[in-house]
Amino acid sequence: MLEKALVGNRSYWGWLALLAGVIAVGAFFYLRQFAVGLGITGLSRDVTWGFYIAQFTFLVGVAASAVMVVLPYYLHNYKAFGKMTILGEFLAIAAVIMCMLFIFVDMGQPTRVLNVILYPTPKSLMFWDMVSLSGYLVLNVLISHVTLDAERKGIAPPSWIKPIIILSIPWAISIHTVTAFLYSGLAARPFWMTAVLAPRFLASAFAAGPALLILMTLLIRRLTRFDPGREPLQRLAVIVTYAMTINVFLILMELFTGLYSAIPEHVAHFKFLYLGLDGNTTLVPWMWTSVALSVVALVLLLNPHTRGKETTLIAACLAVFLSIWIDKGLGMVVTGFVPSPLGHVTSYWPTLPEVAISLGIYAIGALVITVFYHIALSVRGEIAH
Amino acid sequence: MYDGGKILAGIAIFLVAVLLPVWHNAVVASAPRPEVKTPTHEKQCVDSAAVMRASHMNVLNQWREAVVREGVRTTVTPTGMTVSMSLTRTCMNCHANKKEFCDACHNYLAVSPTCWECHVEPKGSSS
Amino acid sequence: MKAGRRSFLKNAGLGALGLAASKAFPTNAEGAAAGGGPRWAMLIDTRKCLQEKGCAKCAEACHLAHNVPTLPNPRHAVKWIWKENFREAFPDQEAEYFDEVLTSSKMLVFCNHCDKPPCTRVCPTQATWRRGDGVVMMDWHRCIGCRYCVAACPYGSRSFNWVDPRPHLANITPTYPTRTRGVVEKCTFCEERLPEHRPPACVEACEARAMMFGDLADPTSEIREVLRTRFAVRRRPGLGTHPEIFYLV
Repeated sequence: MLEKALVGNRSYWGWLALLAGVIAVGAFFYLRQFAVGLGITGLSRDVTWGFYIAQFTFLVGVAASAVMVVLPYYLHNYKAFGKMTILGEFLAIAAVIMCMLFIFVDMGQPTRVLNVILYPTPKSLMFWDMVSLSGYLVLNVLISHVTLDAERKGIAPPSWIKPIIILSIPWAISIHTVTAFLYSGLAARPFWMTAVLAPRFLASAFAAGPALLILMTLLIRRLTRFDPGREPLQRLAVIVTYAMTINVFLILMELFTGLYSAIPEHVAHFKFLYLGLDGNTTLVPWMWTSVALSVVALVLLLNPHTRGKETTLIAACLAVFLSIWIDKGLGMVVTGFVPSPLGHVTSYWPTLPEVAISLGIYAIGALVITVFYHIALSVRGEIAH
Repeated sequence: MYDGGKILAGIAIFLVAVLLPVWHNAVVASAPRPEVKTPTHEKQCVDSAAVMRASHMNVLNQWREAVVREGVRTTVTPTGMTVSMSLTRTCMNCHANKKEFCDACHNYLAVSPTCWECHVEPKGSSS
Repeated sequence: MKAGRRSFLKNAGLGALGLAASKAFPTNAEGAAAGGGPRWAMLIDTRKCLQEKGCAKCAEACHLAHNVPTLPNPRHAVKWIWKENFREAFPDQEAEYFDEVLTSSKMLVFCNHCDKPPCTRVCPTQATWRRGDGVVMMDWHRCIGCRYCVAACPYGSRSFNWVDPRPHLANITPTYPTRTRGVVEKCTFCEERLPEHRPPACVEACEARAMMFGDLADPTSEIREVLRTRFAVRRRPGLGTHPEIFYLV
């Protein structure tokens, strides 16, 4: 089936060439980072995790969100998602690959990364993160290959794939829970040490991921002959609505507990995010933008009229995705370090090399998605030539 | 065979190219084997020259595990000496010139161990 | 009365510190408690430390002995031992009406070598672990530089090598290795000196004799004696880390 990736029109190859250019720039900056060290990023002694780990955290959520199409279809026989499951699984594969790449570029000694496998440490959540992400990648590659191959041959998939698909459902929940556990077990970081972190991660994942899936499906429908119909997109929109509502609710819960208790080491982090701390207001405009976007998103999604209309649905999905990206991809990780355990407020902002490397990784993800979706749609004969 | 001539010619060119290091060294004189100068003030290393030549990297790895992870700092060599398991303080105490001793063979074999990124080589031996 | 008792105890402590060097390293046969070897800890008399305003001899000795670099960019700082404001070293001690000599001064801070270290719990490669004698140790060969331990340490004791440290070393001590870029480092209780029965470099360098290094497992050790007779605070004990650096305030 891979040979189908080699047949495409000019826009297909032009898009891949553009992505290859972005990847090349990212690779160039990564070689610089490998030679000089992580000092070329904006990280510091106080803020030791930043943009890379934040993108990893956000993308684990996107990867997990495939379960939102897989679960209804396979557990509840919801036929409308039949054409969407492969898209969800391919999105998961691309997202997991990006997660692994973001972790890799964040390592101080990346040549030693196999030490995590050579010296397994079950006490460490990072070990389980590696296990769960690798397992999820293998699961999704296997499932997508087998189901797509069966579709190509016009037969039903073999029966042994069904339990593996069912396994991928709790596994998807687990990858994001384990990622949340990386943060929520650290007594040193009161901003992260909250029981609601894992539920919040899952809620935001199940809002942002399906929102992205809706947007990509509409884009593919514009570019090819693929059309899943109205119902799957509307169902996904309802899922996004519920998930976003729960996500915003959980954020408000965190704000209440932190602010009402008035414990300084809890309050300080929220102050940093929404008001600024000790003159450091880097994230303040971003966080309020995220708040505004989430309000806009909820208004558009909760109203069935605007949710049902495609233009407003697109706006709502963009708002959801951006709002959650700001919250997880900018706000969540850095704020754990500001203020530091010693009370220092150190600013952080990604540097040019950091952004270039990150864009390169996003381009790799986009490349993977483009190639896989192209293959899937070729198999279904839905590529418009 | 369809296009047999081209295929056989391609295979022949490929074999020549991929085996280049082998036949080149057989035909043309290769770089001279390095001659390492052994230190003069100590007669005996921690093990025989043959063993060290083949396994000094394993010896150093074992020493590393013992010193860093187990906190055991001295050992008795097969020759009966008690030595401190240290690259800088034991090995390079005798083999003090890194360029003449260590690098001579490492460069010849295109091996770049990362030891000296951290472990300090004795003064006077340039890397 | 109070002054008399306090100054007596201070002098007793001083005398004890003077003898500390010889008594600090009992062998297993001598004084270790039943069930194992020594259990190292440190005691800092903050009042003695504050007598030497602006003194940094402990840090200088440590950083020289262990090839700790001095980075021009403070954001990339690597430090094993340094001084923090009282409020930042002891954030859970509300210090408004306390002695200003203390609360407006800087406290000596470094790795607490906790009994229940959160940093070793999270390391995915066991590049850092707690030894039986209490030292929280580092293996710089194995560290992958993920900085999870830095995130987990509630005391900010750990530093990451953001760049190659070698160019930033004015004087290299050849008998101790440097580190490479991309690994995390911190105080290791001078574990290379312990087998030689030498106290840590900082303890040795302190001219005010404000630092005491000793064996908690030996009930007759000086540090145990001082802990019994004086009240000592530790940093953020409520987190359950059981830090083993005690401060006489």
